[in-house]
Amino acid sequence: MAICPMGAISIDSAKNRAYVNADECVECYTCFRGMSMERLNPTMVRGIRRLLKVFRLRFDPEPDVCPTSAITPDELSWPRVVRRAFSDPVVTHESTGVHGRGTEEVKTNDVTNRVGIGEVGYVVEFGRPTIGVRFRDIEKMTRALAEMGIEFEPKNPVTHMMTDRKSGKLRDDILDEKILSAIVEFKTRLENVGAVLARVDEVSKTLDTVVAVGVATRCDESGGSALDSVLTEEGFSFVRGKTNLGLGRALIK
Amino acid sequence: MTNTLHRYGSGESFKDDYIVFAIPARGINDKNAVETQRRFLEIARKYRPVNMGDASHGAIFRSSKDLNPTVHWHRDSGPDFDTVVNGVSGPSTVAAVFDNADSVVAFVKELKEADLGLSINISGALDKAQECARRAGLERHSVEYSLGFFGQTDRMADRQTLEVATMCGHGMLSFNLVRKLLDWVKQGRRSPEEASATLARFCSCGVFNPTRACRLFEDAKK
Repeated sequence: MAICPMGAISIDSAKNRAYVNADECVECYTCFRGMSMERLNPTMVRGIRRLLKVFRLRFDPEPDVCPTSAITPDELSWPRVVRRAFSDPVVTHESTGVHGRGTEEVKTNDVTNRVGIGEVGYVVEFGRPTIGVRFRDIEKMTRALAEMGIEFEPKNPVTHMMTDRKSGKLRDDILDEKILSAIVEFKTRLENVGAVLARVDEVSKTLDTVVAVGVATRCDESGGSALDSVLTEEGFSFVRGKTNLGLGRALIK
Repeated sequence: MTNTLHRYGSGESFKDDYIVFAIPARGINDKNAVETQRRFLEIARKYRPVNMGDASHGAIFRSSKDLNPTVHWHRDSGPDFDTVVNGVSGPSTVAAVFDNADSVVAFVKELKEADLGLSINISGALDKAQECARRAGLERHSVEYSLGFFGQTDRMADRQTLEVATMCGHGMLSFNLVRKLLDWVKQGRRSPEEASATLARFCSCGVFNPTRACRLFEDAKK
């Protein structure tokens, strides 16, 4: 079925029923939440499909409608439940209180001052876009970064999965779990950007997934960013990003 | 909203893509956030966003759990703004998507006057976002850059598919579904508007840009 981001749902031709590959499924709930439902009788639907198949005809239905409301979520237990926590954007991470896979990063920097002048915040996201990743691959990166002396963002969900934050070691029982994506966050001084990004690039090449990288900093009073020239010197081009307008306040009336 | 950071495309490809979002800082200014986030959405609505949503409760385009078979011929894909505005019930990230800079500038100017206290960000082309900020009388406080994709990039889809699919950074738009809809549009089996509406229903945060998607589907037909 095309709607599954992981391609985990297919039709078992022997049983003539949909089959979910549990190892590939990341529990993102796209199938359950994203699809619209009719509530038709399954026997009738299968009968019509069989009849059309005899004449080699195919109905051209809406691709996001499940005719029989067949998809229902399973109850998840540990460690499988981490798949949903890192894959379903509607789920709030208990560790962060934030929806999605990261933290507030510089989106609330005007209130938190998390990344100051002369500092750079990093968001290294694994499995994006729509490839997926196992924690085993994420651990390769966290270990490599830890060797550089990186201190991971304590509020980040991946950091909460570490058994040793100094070495970047993740819990053993989640290493084979597959998720849609996860973000590792940390910050360094501006002068370390080149070395960190070079290491991220190097390790990324050894992983069985893609890695999306973002870097952030605080601007000066005229809106200028010291990162512009540093990134250009390092050979990066950048077009897209997020711009915090500085309208946040610590206290709201 | 890191889910809006890594959209695939050239600078020109983002000419009609601006996401303005509001977020409270957890434990600092999130206590009265429900009211201010609703106010953000109400103000946004006046400037005719092409999409809008609350990360906790869904967007103006959403799936329906009780359809009947006529939906395959006649489907109501209209936005439901009221449900989003009234649905805010706790601290979240609320977002509005615009397809032109003038609306963004006018919206940000009103946000500045409203003084909501929430952190307001524009996600889009960095130069265009800074221009919008300045036209609204603001200088940017902080900036985050997308440096793109590292690693096994050969596992990613083709350019056309990526441009559409990465409009949901949470990965709710499967490459296979986007490819299928691109094919259907090319074959005349669906219009660009119908294909865009289908995809918009999968984006629970409301950051998918149907205007940009329509343009990309139209381009694919050429």
